[in-house]
Amino acid sequence: MKIAIPVDDKSLNSAVSQSFGRAPYFFFYDTETEESDFLDNGAVASQGGAGIKAAQAIVDNGAKALLAPRCGGNAEEVLRRSEVVIYQSLPGTIKENLDAFAAQRLVLLSDFHPGLHGHEK
Amino acid sequence: MRNKSPKIAVLSGKGGTGKTLVSVNLASVAGESLYIDCDVEEPNGHLFFKPERVCEEGITVKVPEVNEDLCGGCRKCADFCKFHAIAFIKDKPYVFEELCHSCGGCALICPDQAIDERERVVGRVQRGISGGVRVSTGVLNTGEASGIPIIKRLLEPHGLQEGLPVFIDCPPGSACAVMESLQGADFCLLVGEPTLFGVHNLRMVHDLVRLFGKPEGVVLNKCLAEENPAELFCLEKNIPILGRIQFDNELGKLNSDGRIAARERPRFRKLFASLLEEVMKEVGHETAAHTQR
Amino acid sequence: MKQLLILSGKGGTGKTTVAGAFIRLSEAKAYADCDVDAPNLHLVTAQAREPKRTAYYGLPKAEIDADRCVRCGRCEEACRFQAISAAEFKVDPFACEGCGVCELVCPVLAISLKPAQAGKLMLYREGDRVFSTAELKMGSGTSGMLVTEVKKQMVEASQEGVQLAIVDGSPGIGCPVIASLSGVDMVLIVAEPSISGISDMDRIIKTAQRFRTKIGVCSNKYDTNLANTQKIESFCAERGLPFVGRIPFDSEAVKAVNRGQTVVDVPCSSGSAVREIFRETLKLLFPEGVGVSPGA
Repeated sequence: MKIAIPVDDKSLNSAVSQSFGRAPYFFFYDTETEESDFLDNGAVASQGGAGIKAAQAIVDNGAKALLAPRCGGNAEEVLRRSEVVIYQSLPGTIKENLDAFAAQRLVLLSDFHPGLHGHEK
Repeated sequence: MRNKSPKIAVLSGKGGTGKTLVSVNLASVAGESLYIDCDVEEPNGHLFFKPERVCEEGITVKVPEVNEDLCGGCRKCADFCKFHAIAFIKDKPYVFEELCHSCGGCALICPDQAIDERERVVGRVQRGISGGVRVSTGVLNTGEASGIPIIKRLLEPHGLQEGLPVFIDCPPGSACAVMESLQGADFCLLVGEPTLFGVHNLRMVHDLVRLFGKPEGVVLNKCLAEENPAELFCLEKNIPILGRIQFDNELGKLNSDGRIAARERPRFRKLFASLLEEVMKEVGHETAAHTQR
Repeated sequence: MKQLLILSGKGGTGKTTVAGAFIRLSEAKAYADCDVDAPNLHLVTAQAREPKRTAYYGLPKAEIDADRCVRCGRCEEACRFQAISAAEFKVDPFACEGCGVCELVCPVLAISLKPAQAGKLMLYREGDRVFSTAELKMGSGTSGMLVTEVKKQMVEASQEGVQLAIVDGSPGIGCPVIASLSGVDMVLIVAEPSISGISDMDRIIKTAQRFRTKIGVCSNKYDTNLANTQKIESFCAERGLPFVGRIPFDSEAVKAVNRGQTVVDVPCSSGSAVREIFRETLKLLFPEGVGVSPGA
C-alpha cells in the first residue's frame, strides 16, 4: 500500500515537515513495490483551505496511510471519508518513520487542531 | 443644513483606545439614539447597555448543496472553487461550508445543474433598548470566517432609526470589516491615545478614512499632562480635535466594570455631552462638503 | 529553538510592551511581530538598518480589459460582492474576493484574475540577530497566511543554536492568532482586569489549549481593578494554569514606550514586575535550565 509523508526536502534524508497543509513536498512510498516519489504541494500558496487541498492530493495519489505530526480538522475529514488512516509521525527523517511504521510502532494521530482556514475578511 | 440624524462611525485602529467607551457614552448622552456594534467578533457594547426586549434575527449566507443523483462526477465544482471549499471524495463533491465564500460559482459551472444553494446561519443580530438608546448588536458565530454579512445587515435602514443620530462602534484594524462598517457613515470620529503605538494606529485609520473621503475628527483619550504624540499628529495633519478625555482612574474603573460612566456620574455626563456637541457641530459643517465613496 | 508567543485577546492590554521588554532582557536573537494588521514591535526594538522587503501576494483580484468589454452586464449581475459597478465596468479591488465568477460568466473573455499584492514581509538582520515582521496593505484580507509567512521567515533566517524566539502575537481570537499559535512552545497571555478582557482571555486560553502549548498568564495594570485581577487569578487556579505575575499601572511605562524604549530600559515599577514575570516564564519554558540570560 501507499504511504504519504509531508516533508521539507526532496531527499530521503529529509525531515518530516512540521506542517501538513503547507509542507513544501509530499513523499509517497509504496510498501509493496518499494518505489518512492516526491510531489510538490500545490496547497502551499493557498490563501485558505490548504489542508483540504493537501488532503485531496494525498487521496488523489492513492495513499492509504498518512504519517504527519499534526493535521487540521478539515484535512482529517477529507482523509477519513476517503479511508486514509492518519498516524502520528515521529520527529526525525523519512527513513526513521518508515521503519517505525513497518515495525507497527506508530500510533494514530488523535488530536486535530481547528482548521487554519483563510480568514479572508 | 444641519444634519439631525447623522451616522457617526467611531474607530480607532486598535482595541483598547476607547472606541467602545466613546460610542457607548455618546449614544447615552444623545437622549434618543441608535448604537450599532459592528465589532461582530468581539461585541462589547451590549455588556454596558444590557438591553431589554431583545429580538434576535439569524444571519445567513448561501452555501452549495449537491444533488448526488444529478451529479455526473466531473469535478468542475471542486476545481473551480478558489477557496478549496469543495473536496472530491469517492467521486462525489464534499462541501466545507465554513470555507465557502458564497460566490455561487460552483452552481454556475455545474454542467448537470446538480448544485443548489441553501441558507446557513453564520451569526445573529440582536436589537433591544436601553433607556433612549436602540441597541443593535452583531454577533459572529465562533469558527466562522467573515462577519461582513452581519455588518451589512446591521447597517441596513431599519424602522427603529428614523431621524435619530447613529453611533457605529467599528471593529479594530483597517481590514475589510472596518471598511464595511464605514459604508454610509456621514462622519468618522477617531479615538486616539497618547502613546507611540496609539499614534501609529491612528495614522493607519486616518489613511483609511481619507481613502474613502469621509470627513473626520479626533477625540483624544487617556490624556496625561505630558506632550501628547497623538495631538501632535492631529495638528500636523490638520485633523480637528473635538475633545480630550483626561486619564481618570474612576472612568477606567467604571468602564472595566461594564458600567456606562455618563449614566452614573454627572461629571462624565457633562464630559460626553460636550464632546457630543462638538461632534454634532463638526458634522453640521462637514455634511455639505464631503464626497461619498 | 523554543518559541514563546505573547497574546492578549483584547487589544491594548500591553502585549507589545511586554514583548519588547522580554526581547531586551533575553537579548533575543530571533523575534517576530505577527500583528500584521498593525505592527508595532519595531517601534520599541531599535533597528539600525533597513530591512529586506518581499512582496506578499494575497487573493488575486479580477480585472476587466476595457478594450474587450462589451458592457453586457453579466459580470455585474453575477458578482455577489458588489465589486463591479454597472456604470463603469471596473472592478473595485477592495470589494473583490477573487472568486472568479465574473471571469466564468464573461462571454468575451474580458476578465481575468491577476495577482494582487496584499502586503509586504520585512526581515531585519543585525549580526546574528533577526527580526521578522510584515505589514498588511490597508483593506486586505488573508492575514492568517501572512502571519505564517512571518514566522517561517524568522525560523529560516535564524542562526543555528538560537534557543529562544519571541513572537508578538495578533489581537483577537481569529485566524491570525491561530496561525501564530502553530509550532509555539509556550503562550504568555497578558490579561486586562476588565469584563471584556476576562472574556477574551477565556477564549484565547481555549484556543491555545487545543494546540497543547504551555500557557502562562499575567495581569497588566492590575491595580486598576483589584477585584477583576482576583477573578483572573482564581480563573487560572481553577484550571491549573500558572499565574506568573502582576504588572502595576505605570505612567513611566507610557513615557518609556513613547521614547521608543522598553520598560526595562528605565527604572520603573512596571519594569521590575516584567523582570520577575520574565524569570517565571523562562522557568516554565526551560524547566531543565537555560543558557539564556534572565537579565540583570
